[in-house]
Amino acid sequence: MSTDVAHEEHHHGPPKGIGRWLFSTNHKDIGTMYLTFALTMLFVGGASAMYIRAELFMPGIQFMEPDFYNNMVTNHALIMVFAVVMPAAAGLANWMIPMMIGAPDMALPRLNNLSFWLLPAAAVMLILSTIVPFMPGTGTAVNTGWTLYPPLSIQAGMGMDFVIFTVHILGVSSILASINIVVTILNMRAPGMTLFKMPMFCWAWLFTGLLLIIIAPVLAGGVTMLLFDRHFGTSFFDAAGGGDPVLFQHLFWFFGHPEVYVLLLPSIGVIAMIIPTFSRKPLFGYKSLVGGMAVLFTLGLVAWAHHQYTVGMAAGPTTWFMIITILISIPVGLMLLNFMMTMWRGAMTFETPMLFAVSIVLMFSFAGVTGIMLAVVPADLEYHDSMFVVAHFHYALIPGALLGLFAAAFYWLPKWTGNMYDERLGKIFFWWNVIAFNLTFFPQHFYGLAGMPRRIVDYNPAFADLNMLSSIAAFAYGISHLLFLYIVIKTVKGGVKAGNKPWEGAQVGTTGLEWDLSSPPPFHSYATPPVVK
Amino acid sequence: MTTHDQYFVPEGSKWPIIASLGVLTLLAGVALAINHIQGATLMIILGFIIMGTLFFGWFGEVIGESKAGDYNSQVDASFRQGMMWFIGSEVFFFACFFGSYYYLRELTLPYLGGEGHLGKTHMLWENFKSTWPLLNLPDPAAGIKGQYSEAREAMAAWGIPALNTAILLSSGGTLTWAHWGLKKNNRRQLNIGLVLTVLLGVTFFLLQVKEYGHAYHEMNLTLHSGLYGSVFYLLTGFHGFHVVVGAIMLMAILGRTLKGHFSEHDHFGFEAVAWYWHFVDVVWLGLFIFVYWL
Repeated sequence: MSTDVAHEEHHHGPPKGIGRWLFSTNHKDIGTMYLTFALTMLFVGGASAMYIRAELFMPGIQFMEPDFYNNMVTNHALIMVFAVVMPAAAGLANWMIPMMIGAPDMALPRLNNLSFWLLPAAAVMLILSTIVPFMPGTGTAVNTGWTLYPPLSIQAGMGMDFVIFTVHILGVSSILASINIVVTILNMRAPGMTLFKMPMFCWAWLFTGLLLIIIAPVLAGGVTMLLFDRHFGTSFFDAAGGGDPVLFQHLFWFFGHPEVYVLLLPSIGVIAMIIPTFSRKPLFGYKSLVGGMAVLFTLGLVAWAHHQYTVGMAAGPTTWFMIITILISIPVGLMLLNFMMTMWRGAMTFETPMLFAVSIVLMFSFAGVTGIMLAVVPADLEYHDSMFVVAHFHYALIPGALLGLFAAAFYWLPKWTGNMYDERLGKIFFWWNVIAFNLTFFPQHFYGLAGMPRRIVDYNPAFADLNMLSSIAAFAYGISHLLFLYIVIKTVKGGVKAGNKPWEGAQVGTTGLEWDLSSPPPFHSYATPPVVK
Repeated sequence: MTTHDQYFVPEGSKWPIIASLGVLTLLAGVALAINHIQGATLMIILGFIIMGTLFFGWFGEVIGESKAGDYNSQVDASFRQGMMWFIGSEVFFFACFFGSYYYLRELTLPYLGGEGHLGKTHMLWENFKSTWPLLNLPDPAAGIKGQYSEAREAMAAWGIPALNTAILLSSGGTLTWAHWGLKKNNRRQLNIGLVLTVLLGVTFFLLQVKEYGHAYHEMNLTLHSGLYGSVFYLLTGFHGFHVVVGAIMLMAILGRTLKGHFSEHDHFGFEAVAWYWHFVDVVWLGLFIFVYWL
């Protein structure tokens, strides 16, 4: 490898042909690949959700075996968490963080490419896990839900081994991506870009990356023990040999609860960029928002067992987890207050990104309220494993994570492509998406509280009407994403030219350096460090 | 090495996507092999070949760039921080196993033995007494059915394990001595120190193999002997795997010093391996104290 040639290429445009993507070390190209992968998988994960809602359209079993239904529940969760929200957030980080802080690229560009290319490998393994159980003699489908609790996951068929290795590959991918992002933020900032001048999105990803470095190895260890119990005769999760199935729940949720913040924080970072822009005011309480995220990071790591109240823990730890969980509402409430105070007396306009941001503040608060209900142990004993829980975490994760990603896409598409998206279509997409979402999940609070359990293919005919409403709304919700796809394709192909600073140049406060670059930015943003005033 | 007035970004690389294919082949092969599917071994071998080529190719490329002087101080800092966070994630990988061990030994087994208020309400097997090391199975029927079989005795701390502790700790010492040699540009001290470290690492590994053989054949301490065997092999096994990886890395570094790589100021490759080896060392101390001794 001749370094002279290498240097020559840095200052020119992108390489030609498919090699540009396969062998890329460019943060923008890798970011685009992450986002494309996430959008593709959104439709795969969405298809499994559509299957679930079609099955629940009426009481009784409509299409497939109950095991297949539970396999779809498992795949829906695994795909949406690991193959949609996390890659999309990583794609945003790839695109934006180096531009925001004035770095030439990610700190470790080749590792960056590896983090991405591990994802398709994981997707192949996950698809195999669904196909394999249809072969004779391979045992049952992966019917455990994404939590993979033993003993069911020990009894499940060969598909489970593919899921375990899927989790391993995804774990490696997210650890490497997180290391890269954390090092980029800590080491690659342009001179003068101090930590407290960084855009909030970088702070959000710094905490996300640190969380993943801590929790992803623990999940990898947990599923490794599961693999050993399944095939090599160990008894970690089998009481007959001295083990304990509850241990797996602890390991899973030590990962799983902070994972919720891994999904939420990047989107919180996004709306902390959007709300100041469309309120035309700097972010209210920059340092308190950073502090709030730090508190969330810390409390999030010691709150995990609130997912296991009904499993029979001793009173002491149960109380601890209840109190910590309720305490988490303080930093989250502080963040929402920051956003509301930013809007207070601002010169607000409601372009599509802002519509999403405001709706997130509203709907995510609602998830916070049901979250407090679920955090209280005696109440949770009643709500546990009901559709109420499904309603709660879809209100947390769809506004808290997914809608934030849509907001980010609309906010930054002009920067990425150089073209403005179609504002009218954007607004139609927003209203269609948000109304259908609420019609799908709001009724679930009611039939959940009335006693409909989750993860079961059939249900009491008493819940039929509201389930039918949920299903019809869910189809409308699912289809709305085709409009999003259309808007994105249309924007990539052309449209009104966007300047360096779209939206009347309203980006104020800690905005980062990305708006000083042209739209679209050059293939290599900076060859020498820019100067930050 | 220069300051970072000019940014460095490597050109496109084919290795990441090859790595992804290698991982997919290897793990799909393993998933098929543990379910006794014909031909899976071939996939595993193919996976290993891809991964082996990958490591030679990728690291070869990085070493080439480093020797060509492409890396400025900023790239060097990125590598260092990246390695630190990687070891940080390894710490949490082992924390998962140590935490599980603590939970199972200090909470689960006493409950199963009827202690504490959870124990009283969750009594599964009336006659089970919780002890550690666990040489009796909670469910006697599991032993009769042949699902698990009890170990005859516990692993003693003061035989091979104590010797191995001394060996691994001295290997940390010889490695640091080699590092001092490198910093003084004393190549002889560097090479001798590295050779000693590799030899000590390999000795540790061979003794561990001997100990496993003894445990399997004479003590009936296997993966099937209930919780004690499970925990013992999980912790020592993953540590042993890291020793093997570390020893291979040390050999690679030895090969490079013999070819004259590294200077007294510029030797991140050496330091990264040294950090990793010290990490493996510290994990062993935890193992010796909590798994063998206490």
